[in-house]
Parts: sequence; C-alpha cells; structure tokens
Amino acid sequence: MLADLDPHEGEALLDGRCATSMPAPAWRAKVVYQAAEPAWWEPTAGAHFDDAERGFVEQSLAALGLDARILDSDVERLSTGERQRLALVRSLARRPAVLLLDEPTAALDPDSVGKAEALLRAGLADGMAILIVTHSAEQAQRLAQRIFRLEQGKLVTGEDA
Amino acid sequence: MNAIHLGAWDLVAAALLILLDAALSLALKLGVHRQILVAAVRMVVQLLLVGLVLRYVFASASPIATAAVILFMIAAAAREVATRPRQRLKRQMNYQISAAVVGISGFATVLLALTTAVRPDPWYEPRYAIPLMGIVLGSVLNAASLALDGVLDGVVRERARIEARLALGTPFREAIGPLVRGATRRGMIPVANQMSAAGIITLPGIMTGQLLAGMDPVEAVKYQILLMFLLAGASGLASVGAALLAVRALSDERQRLRVDRLRQGTI
Repeated sequence: MLADLDPHEGEALLDGRCATSMPAPAWRAKVVYQAAEPAWWEPTAGAHFDDAERGFVEQSLAALGLDARILDSDVERLSTGERQRLALVRSLARRPAVLLLDEPTAALDPDSVGKAEALLRAGLADGMAILIVTHSAEQAQRLAQRIFRLEQGKLVTGEDA
Repeated sequence: MNAIHLGAWDLVAAALLILLDAALSLALKLGVHRQILVAAVRMVVQLLLVGLVLRYVFASASPIATAAVILFMIAAAAREVATRPRQRLKRQMNYQISAAVVGISGFATVLLALTTAVRPDPWYEPRYAIPLMGIVLGSVLNAASLALDGVLDGVVRERARIEARLALGTPFREAIGPLVRGATRRGMIPVANQMSAAGIITLPGIMTGQLLAGMDPVEAVKYQILLMFLLAGASGLASVGAALLAVRALSDERQRLRVDRLRQGTI
C-alpha cells in the first residue's frame, strides 16, 4: 500500500504531501519498495543502473563485500544472496526518501548481514527513513528506532527500541 | 470472365478424395475418418449457405443486407479473438477490446480500398465490400488474437519484473514497454511472412481463385498486391490496438499493474 502498487484505502503522507497528490511514479521513486525476492528485467545486474549511479554502486558493492565484476555476469547465475545484496544496492541507488524492505537479508550469512545493516545505517544517517519487515528480532533490535509486532495479521505493539 | 462451370458431378468426383481419406483412416487405424467426414459435410453445408446468402445479397444490392452480413462477420471475428487467449479479462473486457479492434481496423482498411483503389458504384457494392471484409478480417483475427494473447499471457509471466520496475518509480508506460512491443510484433509477423512467401512458396488463395475463374494473371496479381497491402495495414492496426487496449485495461490511474483484473482460475 505504501508503495502504491495495489489498490487500497486510506492515505499515506510524505513530508505532509499525500501520495495521491503526486504522480504515482514520482511517489514510488521517493518511497521505494523492495520485494522479498526482487525481480530483474535485464540480463546483467549492471544494466539495471544508470551511468550516473556507477560511483555509488561500486562503493556500495565494496561495502557489502561484493566484487564490482559481478555487475557484468548473468543475473540468473548469481546466488540468491548475491542477488539480494544487488537489489539493496539497486534500491539505495535511487536515493529514496523512504525505503520499504521486505526481508532484505533473509538469504545472507551473519557476516554479510552485518555489512548490509551498516549500509542501511549509513542511509539512515543521510536522513533516509527505512521500514523493514523482518523475522529476526535481533535485527529489529539492532536497527530499529521503533518496532511494531504483527501477530496473526494484527498490529499488537508499537514500542520504542 | 470465362470460368469453366462446375457441375454437381464434377464435385462428386472430387468428393471421392474425402472417401479415400476416410478409407485410409480406417485401414491405418488413424481414427480420424468420422472427423473428416463430419468436417467435409459441415464445410459443404456452410459454404452452400454462404453462397446462397451472398447470391441473395448481391442480387438485392441492398445496403442494409450488406451491412448485416458485414456486422455478422465482424462479430464472429471479434468473438474468435476474444476467446482465443487463455487469460480472460474480467467484465467481458476481452469482448469489448476485440470488438473495437476488429471493427475499427476492418472498417478502416476496407473503406480505404473501396474509396480509393477499387471504387465500385455504389461504394458499398456487396460483391466487393463483403469479400474484401472477409479476407481483411481473417488477417485481423490472427493479428489481434496473437497480440492480445501476448499481452495477457505476458503480464502474468512478467508480473514480478514489471512491478519491480514500478516500485523503483519507473513510469508504467516504460515498465510495460518491452511487453507491448513484443506482443505487437507477434501480431504483425504472420502478415510479414505471408507477404514474403507470396508467389514463391504459396499462390495466395484469392489469386488462385481469380486465375481459376479465368482472370488475366497480371490483373490477378494486382488485386493480390492491393490485398496484401490492406492485410498488412489491418494487421498493424489490429496488433497495436489490441496490445494497447489490453494494457490499458490492466492498469489504472495510479499506474499500477492490475493483474487482479484477469479472471481467476483460467491458467
């Protein structure tokens, strides 16, 4: 609903402007949603980035412990974890104001999770807002300012971390 | 024209070939003899009926009768286009899109031919309007159903990719672009093939008919060229129209991909 990809009721606001007052693509460029299993529409990962994003992409890949050469290989042949980290870079490269992440580190080993979280923290420090859906209570504790718990489809708590 | 008249006995001789097919099927246990016999009888009955109706319409030269025949042909073609894709849009949108596409591309090209190239008097002369519409609709049917199927099947297959692009702020038109182009191309390929094969690999049906009916070969060829152009134009219009209307039906004012507008359980 926040990414405005499905029909919904209610209204979401960003800096006081409601979603419906903006063209949908403009809203989605600011409020980027990353699905649990992100899809790729070009044969290589690199083709999903603009040249202007190149610097940021290489920097982020290094921060995630990935070789920049991964950009030229066939997306289909990458591991789930590699694709997941590339998707994170793809989302961050759009410089959204809000990032909506669905299980962004589910396929990563603990070391990579730490690197991904560091990258997200850098985003937060730059003023980005992040909404993460995660099954890991530890991850929630490490990253969150506020934690909401969803139990059987109901929002039960909204505690400050 | 000095066509050689076909008598009933001439047809009976050719019908022996159908019996030969049936005998082969029985002898080789192919199990298709029933099907072939039924299809042959059906074909004879259908064509005789069409011949009788057309004889009446041609003789009456009535604009109303001509319009009725043409509308019936368009409705039949539209129905075929709507029901061919495996995926169906809700609220009978398949039918609405097919009717619009088939009607517009059929009328546009046939009217163009009747008012510029053929110019019969009156312009709706059924002897020209009806066969022209018939052959154009054949092409339109192919093109529109391929393009429609391409879009409807494509959005189900490509949904994740399209939504991934939308989620990053890509405008809908750009995110769906490759799919629309692919579907449109699919619709236009048959007529391109038909044009390049014409005369070398196949003698087109119309031309064969005219040659058998005693027309001068070059005159028959000119007609065939005219028809090919009409078919190409109609196929282009039909492919683009079907693809664009289908995509429009699958998105909304917030540039979302509305796969939920496809009927469930038809996969």
